[in-house]
Amino acid sequence: MNKIKKTRFPLEEIMLKHIAQNDKKWSEEDLPEMNVLRKQATEYLLEKGFPNTKMEKWRSTDMQPVYEEPLTIYDEAIPYTKKVNEIFQCDVHGFNTKVISLLNGTYYSKENEKLTVSKEGVIIGSLAYAKKEYPAFFKQYYGKIAGEPSDGLKAANTALARDGAFVFIPDNVEVKDALQLIKIMNQPNLAVNIRNLIILGKNAKLTFLHCDDSINHHAGFINTINEVFVGENSSFELYKLQNLNDETALLNQTYIHQERNSNVKAMVISLNGGLIRNEISNDLKGQGAFSNINGLYLMDNQQHIDNQIYVKHSVPDCESNQLFKGVLDQESKAVFNGYIWVAPDAQKTNAFQRNNNILLSDNAFVETQPQLEIYADDVKCSHGATVGQLDDEALFYMRQRGISFSDARMLLMYAFADEVISQISMEGLRLNIEDMVKRRLRGELSICDRCVLHCSNPEQPVIFDIDMSKI
Amino acid sequence: MLLNIKNLHVSIQGKEIIKGLNLSVNKGEIHAIMGPNGTGKSTLAAAITGREGYEITKGEIIYKGQVINDWSPEKRANEGVFMSFQYPIEIPGVSMTNFMRTALNAQREYKKLPPISAGEFLKKMESKKKLVEIHSKLTNRSVNEGFSGGEKKKNEIFQMAMLEPELAILDETDSGLDIDALKVVAKGVNQLKSKENAFIVITHYQRLLDYIVPDFVHVMYNGKIVKSGGKGLALELESQGYEWIKEQFDD
Repeated sequence: MNKIKKTRFPLEEIMLKHIAQNDKKWSEEDLPEMNVLRKQATEYLLEKGFPNTKMEKWRSTDMQPVYEEPLTIYDEAIPYTKKVNEIFQCDVHGFNTKVISLLNGTYYSKENEKLTVSKEGVIIGSLAYAKKEYPAFFKQYYGKIAGEPSDGLKAANTALARDGAFVFIPDNVEVKDALQLIKIMNQPNLAVNIRNLIILGKNAKLTFLHCDDSINHHAGFINTINEVFVGENSSFELYKLQNLNDETALLNQTYIHQERNSNVKAMVISLNGGLIRNEISNDLKGQGAFSNINGLYLMDNQQHIDNQIYVKHSVPDCESNQLFKGVLDQESKAVFNGYIWVAPDAQKTNAFQRNNNILLSDNAFVETQPQLEIYADDVKCSHGATVGQLDDEALFYMRQRGISFSDARMLLMYAFADEVISQISMEGLRLNIEDMVKRRLRGELSICDRCVLHCSNPEQPVIFDIDMSKI
Repeated sequence: MLLNIKNLHVSIQGKEIIKGLNLSVNKGEIHAIMGPNGTGKSTLAAAITGREGYEITKGEIIYKGQVINDWSPEKRANEGVFMSFQYPIEIPGVSMTNFMRTALNAQREYKKLPPISAGEFLKKMESKKKLVEIHSKLTNRSVNEGFSGGEKKKNEIFQMAMLEPELAILDETDSGLDIDALKVVAKGVNQLKSKENAFIVITHYQRLLDYIVPDFVHVMYNGKIVKSGGKGLALELESQGYEWIKEQFDD
């Protein structure tokens, strides 16, 4: 028993207690393979506990205050009494999406819509239901893409997550409308673990919108693992929108496995959130795979954002790009850790990484760390990081033309952010996000009971924003 | 009188650069300010346009009858003060079109006019682009980004044409220009010149003044205007250099 950690944080206690109480029930519900993973994860959590700032990967993100919050676990299915849009309105204009939602961590839909299968064979629904209906997928993919526990939060997720979204796109199916997953929290002080599993066969295509939103101002803890398998010649776009209250801690780990000639575009737009940590781990496993991982974060108050990107070039002839940009005001803090690993025989690798930050206040803080580990000799890799202020020369230039100081500042910040936003390929989504970023930069976007894509206040006209090519 | 500068003293970080300068400019006039490097010509332009860090320690800048010492740069701009920058700034991500429309509408808002319509704006852009022989594609790009030296200067004159200032200061607009670009810039200025506006042309060389003919030439030295005259003065400076000025006015 000397391996067992002695002192525990309240949240660890709550989680371990919950596991002990439910272990028998869960063992009956789950597949034997999943029980093995759960047991392994529980042991890891018992032994090592949650990550702390003494660990290199967590050096700059102190989770301790979160671990000490009086949180409770709730993972019972919530009866379907109201339509989602009565709880949370999300009337998306300009582009079509199929919306699915998780309410306080569990799949929220009518009972007969927990799993839907389209005529092409696309399966969308609750992970808890899918593991019973489609065990073969779980045997093949569940926990395989994410891998073994590497820290206590990952272990906690594997040990505790009971539900999430499950998506399967068969070979040769291109899903036209984006799939939008909305995570809503409407109960105070909840700790939830969510597990999403997304599988794309060969020559398949999916655009997935992942919205993290909260509709209250209470503390919360959301620990999500996304496992994504992208088959040969398939194309997957992931857009994560994060707009939560300042009290919420949001932890996301996304594992993406790419087969030959697959194409992945992932983008994380973080507009609000008390503490956000996004880990994206992208394994390029098949030759000719291409990945583009971008992020934009706009933080203020005492918000904290931590982006940890790991790109593994396991085979030759792949390309990866990382572009993360941030604007930090007041006492906010950003951490960026971009890691590129190139295997010994992964020749003709192209891997690029850039992180640019603007600090608007003397008390804002950025820590950026590029890490390249390259074991092949015929590669093109680069990285760059900058931390700076808004360009005074440019501000004066604009003011000399009559543009007010605040508009000039806004225009510069927007121009800075636009390099990321302009990479959103769905026009409707891009326009929506442009609106949100403008509102955020103007200080108008706040947490409200609406979908982050369309807040209750209509967008005000922004005079400088016209696209002359459309006139 | 459009601009009246009285006993102006300007310091940068506590160091006095302009030391008691007087200058009067009326509508319809072109004034050239010449002088050796480091005498405060660009500092004067910065002080008139209200650049931060240029502290007026004494004296007054009176523009259209009002003391503007404490006005913000944007207020001065909206009241008709324009500067063609010696080194135009690149602003990645902000298109020329959006930039110009924002500037124009800021000016219109200041004058309590409604925003310019897209069609009207486009028409205006097209006509002014022709004036400075600017390629269409340049205005689709980010402000000054990837522009050559000559294109940047032409772009300054284009912006001036769009904003139609009452007082335009050209800060070494001729530096780095070849003769063809210089002619284009000069043509632009000459077409914009009217009885209602005035120009202050800051330059080292007589060359530009062959094309933009000044009514007055002032020589600046050591933070002051030490000599004023007609266009003949520029020719004199061209043939004799600045040495005689230095000898005469060195403390």
